[in-house]
Amino acid sequence: MPEKTIIPVGPYHPLQEEPELFKLYCDGEIVTDIEWETGYNHRGIEKINESKTFEQVFFVVERICGICSTSHPFAYANAMEEIAHVTVPDRAKYIRSIVGELERIHSHLLWVGLAGHFIGYNTVFMWAWKYREPVLDLFEIITGNRNSYAMFKIGGVRRDIEEKDFSTILTILDGLKPKAEMLMNAVIDDPVIHMRTKGKGILTRQDIIDFCAVGPTARASGVDIDIRRDDPYAAYPLVNWKVIVAAEGDIFAKAVVRFLEIFESISIIEQCIEKMRKEKPGDIEVKVKNIPEGDGSGRAEAPRGEVFHYVKSDGSNAPVRHKIRAPSYVNVATFKKSCVGQTITDATLALAAVDPCYCCTERMASVYDARTRNKILDGTGLIRMSQEQTRLIQGRKSKVEGQRSKVEGRRSKVEGRRSKE
Amino acid sequence: MMETNEFIELMKFKYKLNVIRTYIRYKNRVLFDLNKDVFFKAATFLYKELNFRFIIATGRDNDKTYEIVYHFSNDQTGLITNLRINIPKNKPEIESLTSLFVAADWIEREMHELLGITFLNHPNMKSLLSGENWKEGVHPYKLESRQAKKP
Repeated sequence: MPEKTIIPVGPYHPLQEEPELFKLYCDGEIVTDIEWETGYNHRGIEKINESKTFEQVFFVVERICGICSTSHPFAYANAMEEIAHVTVPDRAKYIRSIVGELERIHSHLLWVGLAGHFIGYNTVFMWAWKYREPVLDLFEIITGNRNSYAMFKIGGVRRDIEEKDFSTILTILDGLKPKAEMLMNAVIDDPVIHMRTKGKGILTRQDIIDFCAVGPTARASGVDIDIRRDDPYAAYPLVNWKVIVAAEGDIFAKAVVRFLEIFESISIIEQCIEKMRKEKPGDIEVKVKNIPEGDGSGRAEAPRGEVFHYVKSDGSNAPVRHKIRAPSYVNVATFKKSCVGQTITDATLALAAVDPCYCCTERMASVYDARTRNKILDGTGLIRMSQEQTRLIQGRKSKVEGQRSKVEGRRSKVEGRRSKE
Repeated sequence: MMETNEFIELMKFKYKLNVIRTYIRYKNRVLFDLNKDVFFKAATFLYKELNFRFIIATGRDNDKTYEIVYHFSNDQTGLITNLRINIPKNKPEIESLTSLFVAADWIEREMHELLGITFLNHPNMKSLLSGENWKEGVHPYKLESRQAKKP
């Protein structure tokens, strides 16, 4: 009879960039329940913001997350502009959208790379990260930083994009398109990836509604929500693009949604640049002197889903209350549905499929024996298990079996010696 | 597709006596001040009948009372509806929304931890962020715990 085992994934784990602890309760190899502990990464940012001025808050919220470091200032700017009743000039809108979409491209490529690594396809990992590099170079050209761009301010943006940079941006994006397409076809046509991801970690439409999940996680389950279209902001209503939705809800659907979104993002940036070229260079900001009393709710579609900021102002120069809801806060809770009933190796993938971000919400892995509390497996062991699963499917069974027979051979030798004694 | 004004009339009609104040914000943002006793009905109406999505809730200590703002989103119209409820400090209790949707689970635990508000009928009222050795009865977002730290 199989023993019940608890597998803690976290708080520090190479699979995940940040600390959070998941406890997977396993019956044999099947996950029967999941529990989590958060708080390892709680920095009290909401509280810190109460002691900062409205302008300083931008730099704090930008540091909530290293990957989606523009979506938090984006949502915060939307909230502040709602309180101050400010309309941003068109040029600033285009620049904001360009930075936002570039971030989506680099974040999705990063996810593709990590997902490839977990499956055991390290080539996908190397390629995805290689093609992500020029996107970061673009950030440096546009904002001056590869990360934490400091582009946003109340009423506009800090830097203009110059005429001479347009062609560089377009050339790099043109170079990225065939590469992303090649990567997508390689992933979508691969039979082993199909076996590892299709029908695994399924979230139904009803699950998404219950958990109020957002972003690609929701869109891969047929829930058609995208803040860029539903609650238009920045330049999104001014350009043509479509929301990518898939119906299956499994890990494969999430990958497809993210890939197709990369192409939509490229198209949005190209249209923004075209429009900026047509219109003469103008203002990139509106001066905002005072923030009146009131409250504002700002939203932005980050690569992982909707970011929500609620700011309450009392007419002074600092927020009275600043509430931040990152997309992972609601998406991570869906693990309760997607992991239960899966094998441990598939659960590792299901955890990664949401693209969880814990600076935004809050991660490591090891396997403990439920009775003796001794460690059986650690984080690297879990990834190794997931990678071995792929290798098994790839038809290297014979090799593994060969190793097994060797072990068995050794065992029988030992037993033989014992019987002699 | 419902217009913002229609929606407000509908809410007022449904909870005629209990909507204290309504604010229409810039663009499509609505804020309702509600009494504690009708708030669960209002949330059920929003979520079950009008298919609103729960975003998050904000808890705050405004010196006189605890104030919770529940944020709901209508993804067809882009309307954000805020339900504001004031809870007296001597009896900080409110009905939990976890029976309606799972998404309320984490944020209610967080508010319980930071402000000391009790959510009735919540299945798992453990603290979300702090460790096991956190002192009981210490709620960092309360005004008094802030003032106590000042020299």
